[in-house]
Amino acid sequence: MIVDRLPDVLVPEPSPRFLLLIRRSSAIARRYLVTNGFDGTLTMLGLIMGFRTVGQVPIQVALTACTGAAVALAVSGISSAYVSERAERQRELAALQQAMLDGLDDSAHAHTARWAPVFIALVNGLAPFLLAQIVMLPLWLARFGTKLPISPYDLAIGVAFLLIMLLGLFSGRISGVSWLWSGLRTLLIGMVTAAIIYLLSP
Amino acid sequence: MPELKRIVLDVLKPHQPNVLDLAAAIAALGADYRVSIDVIEVDEKTETVAVEVDGERLDFGRIERSIRELGGTVHSIDKVLMAGDTASGD
Repeated sequence: MIVDRLPDVLVPEPSPRFLLLIRRSSAIARRYLVTNGFDGTLTMLGLIMGFRTVGQVPIQVALTACTGAAVALAVSGISSAYVSERAERQRELAALQQAMLDGLDDSAHAHTARWAPVFIALVNGLAPFLLAQIVMLPLWLARFGTKLPISPYDLAIGVAFLLIMLLGLFSGRISGVSWLWSGLRTLLIGMVTAAIIYLLSP
Repeated sequence: MPELKRIVLDVLKPHQPNVLDLAAAIAALGADYRVSIDVIEVDEKTETVAVEVDGERLDFGRIERSIRELGGTVHSIDKVLMAGDTASGD
């Protein structure tokens, strides 16, 4: 990792509070990154497939609809994760305080219970939003007059398939199973989704 | 003024951060701090540990704060080694 090679002066020793926060949050944040990132990408794929099937939809309309969906996914992701994670962390902290027979107000555990929900909620909300922006990139480029070799809708669909496969590769790498199989499996899910949308389109 | 050279504390702590983190946090308080931790008892959510700290001039307040920050509680001070200051002791 690049961080490992930086001189010590640039990488201060992380505080115990920060270490505990990261240890207690990173696994679940990673899970949310994949699941909600997948949600965001698949939602954009569905919308753009729909616009492509209808045909001749102005880019402006498609961008507005996709941005609206991306913002809704972000707000939903942030709020739902914050509410559920906060409740879970407070319950864990209360159970630990009971076992310790003492308050943990100034401890790394209270710090984690306070900040882990914020960190996880941001990952849960920003993952679908940012991935949606990447899928929408060809539409934005077309909107601002960039000449693309193929239709911006086709290009956006291609980007969505690529992201879906990358999310599969990432989750395969985390779980330690074959990353190629994992990537192909998520790609297959994306293709099945696209086929269903195509078949159901009037 | 007498100086604290060694202290052994009976500490109740959550499983996380583990004893390596606790030892590292206390050792970081001074360049000459040497920390040894024995796990005495492990329960479902907590563990009881004996923390032994050696150094030239230990600061008990800072050691206790560091333990509290990691969620631990000092139950008792089981052993101390103080060294008198010969210059002021005569």
